[in-house]
Amino acid sequence: MQKKSFRGGVHIKDEKDLSKDKPIKDHFPKGDIIYLMNQHIGAPAVPCVAAGDRVLVGQRIADPDGFVSVPVFSSVSGTVKSVGGHECYNGDTALAVTVVNDGKYEQIEDFVHYRDYTQMTKQQIIDAIRDAGIIGMGGAGFPTHVKLSVKPDKKIDYVICNGAECEPYITCDYRLMLERASLAALGMKIVLSLFDGAVGIFGIEANKPDGIAKVAEACKDEKNISVVPLKKKYPQGGERVMITALTKRRINSKMLPADAGCIVLNFSTMTAIAEAVAYNKPLIHRIVTVTGDAVNEPSNFDVLIGTNIAELVDAAGGFKCEPEKIIFGGPMMGAAVYTLDVPVNKATSCILLLKKNMSVPEPHECIRCGRCLTVCPEHLMPIKLKNTADAGDYGEFEKLNGLECIGCGCCTYICPAKRRLSQSITAAKQFILAEKKKKAAVKK
Amino acid sequence: MKTLNVSISPHIRSSNTTMKIMLDVIIAMSPAMIFGYIYFGWRALLISVISVSSCVLTEFIYEKLMKLPVTIGDLSAVVTGLVLAMSLYSTAPLWIPAVGGVFAILVVKMLFGGIGQNFMNPALTARCFLLLSFSRIMTDYPVLADGVTSATPLSLAANGQHVSYIEMLIGNHSGSIGETSAIAILIGAVYLVIRRVISPRIPLAVISSSIFFIILFSYIKGDAVTPNFIAVQVMGGGLLAGAVFMATDYTTSPVTSYGRIIYGSTIGLITAIIRCFGGSLEGISFAIITANLLTPIIEKLTYPKPLGTYGKKAEK
Repeated sequence: MQKKSFRGGVHIKDEKDLSKDKPIKDHFPKGDIIYLMNQHIGAPAVPCVAAGDRVLVGQRIADPDGFVSVPVFSSVSGTVKSVGGHECYNGDTALAVTVVNDGKYEQIEDFVHYRDYTQMTKQQIIDAIRDAGIIGMGGAGFPTHVKLSVKPDKKIDYVICNGAECEPYITCDYRLMLERASLAALGMKIVLSLFDGAVGIFGIEANKPDGIAKVAEACKDEKNISVVPLKKKYPQGGERVMITALTKRRINSKMLPADAGCIVLNFSTMTAIAEAVAYNKPLIHRIVTVTGDAVNEPSNFDVLIGTNIAELVDAAGGFKCEPEKIIFGGPMMGAAVYTLDVPVNKATSCILLLKKNMSVPEPHECIRCGRCLTVCPEHLMPIKLKNTADAGDYGEFEKLNGLECIGCGCCTYICPAKRRLSQSITAAKQFILAEKKKKAAVKK
Repeated sequence: MKTLNVSISPHIRSSNTTMKIMLDVIIAMSPAMIFGYIYFGWRALLISVISVSSCVLTEFIYEKLMKLPVTIGDLSAVVTGLVLAMSLYSTAPLWIPAVGGVFAILVVKMLFGGIGQNFMNPALTARCFLLLSFSRIMTDYPVLADGVTSATPLSLAANGQHVSYIEMLIGNHSGSIGETSAIAILIGAVYLVIRRVISPRIPLAVISSSIFFIILFSYIKGDAVTPNFIAVQVMGGGLLAGAVFMATDYTTSPVTSYGRIIYGSTIGLITAIIRCFGGSLEGISFAIITANLLTPIIEKLTYPKPLGTYGKKAEK
């Protein structure tokens, strides 16, 4: 079958061999469980329990605050130790509910039961997804029900399940494809039932042939679902890149995928939707890959949300050597963390412990080779953007379409002079967006 | 636990460096240069050595004097020296490459801010400086290894003589040190394209546009256009080497992909004008440095369109 792809991007050694053959292992946490209230994009959830309360598995411990927000559920049974600030992986302090795990895993009544989604109305399905606390599990953490609540004047033609997993090292979606493909297929059917006339596409990178086969097997009876192999190239899994590769439609920073008639959902999110709608199970667990050259046994864990990552590193055999960097997510877009005392979030796909070649190279003068233009999946001019960003010329930066940058980091990766292109561009972009927000707030 | 590194993403980098790219260029130039050393003898080698050392030393001394970080390790000065030597005759006096090297690095490159900042190709600008300042010395035909002085294919063709195709492919004729053997230059070109150091756009645009305009101008002038004449125009002078090694210089060529085609075509056009209407039989060096000056405007005209701003949208 022909592999679809896009113009630009870089070929990176995928390093998935470390953990791709490790079956998903259940991990039962021993220590305290910490639920951050800002795991999703949007307004943080509001805790509805107090210190000393007893909570059960599946019990709602925080309510959404507004439309762009989701509830949080307890993944263990135990006593609430505190409701207060806790460190996030990015250095912020966020409101969190800490639960002392009693190890009994007592469930609330009616915790998991089968529901026939074909008997539910569209709004009931979307409500079920919101009430299960589902967000984009690929990393961004955008509430899924907001994505699915499409305005009636927009017709959705494609529901795309993003199984590219183009970041090196990460294998959590790949293991899901092998072990729980039918669940993802069910999730796809549920989402398709929301949009009349839409077709479902699983976009999976071609370096996962057995994953493609398993998913194709799981949806072989569905006429409107197809599995499309994509060329192995970073950032194949970027939302806009994915849409262009699969549908030839293009969206820019001012549009939502729905404006191009597309809904893009991550593979893990798809399985979570199936569990939420068909089995009435809130989002309390996810697959996390613990890998890298500084860990003894790279593995894929089925982890309860809120588990401390230090515990996961121990479960993966502990440190092989002292890591230089610990990264939440992949090596291209993930965030380096400074402490292991942070919990697993709904959007944590990977914990990467790296030792080798992690020193940051010194940047040199640009030689104008033009490689950054060749690899930019958004077809921007990273070197010009960096120059305007460093000079503080934000007007010119916007004129050069700097706000279209998706922050994939290809330009920095490829630069032979080791210039920090995407870093400067991202900083300028965040500054401009913050300024715009401020201006809009003043106007109101 | 020791302090963790928390620099922002991306956390991994490609293994490519400026030095590796320059090394690739040197490797790509070596077939043509080695052929020149064999064909023109030890003096050709001596000229290259003087040219390269002059470039490297100038950069080193300048950076030491100005208390700047020393950048000779990136090998770009070596490439400049080789390109300069490539375009000289082996009979040039030995002070010619020395002066050329100093001019290329000091005046054209370092005074404008070093690597990546110069707006004209240093080696070619130095060559044109030498050509204009010492024109008699620079245009004396080289003596071949066997002691015979001979004219270049371009001057033979200008007199209406037929030049053997095989001789031109192999490079068995008079000319600049590294510019005679078409096959050796093409080997270098293929190497550069395979290693993705250059995109084939610029060389192809230069060659095809110069062929087009030379035919066009010859037709206007009423000269006879024979296949042999065209072959001599492409392989008999500095056009091939210029298109592959000199026009593709990163710093002075546009970074945009359409810009590269316009830039290459401009070089072809100027070369054709000089060759057909001008006093010189060559012209590629002047064409390249003229096009270098147009690079910023070409770039400005060919900014790429971002992904989301054109093409198919949702069907309404």
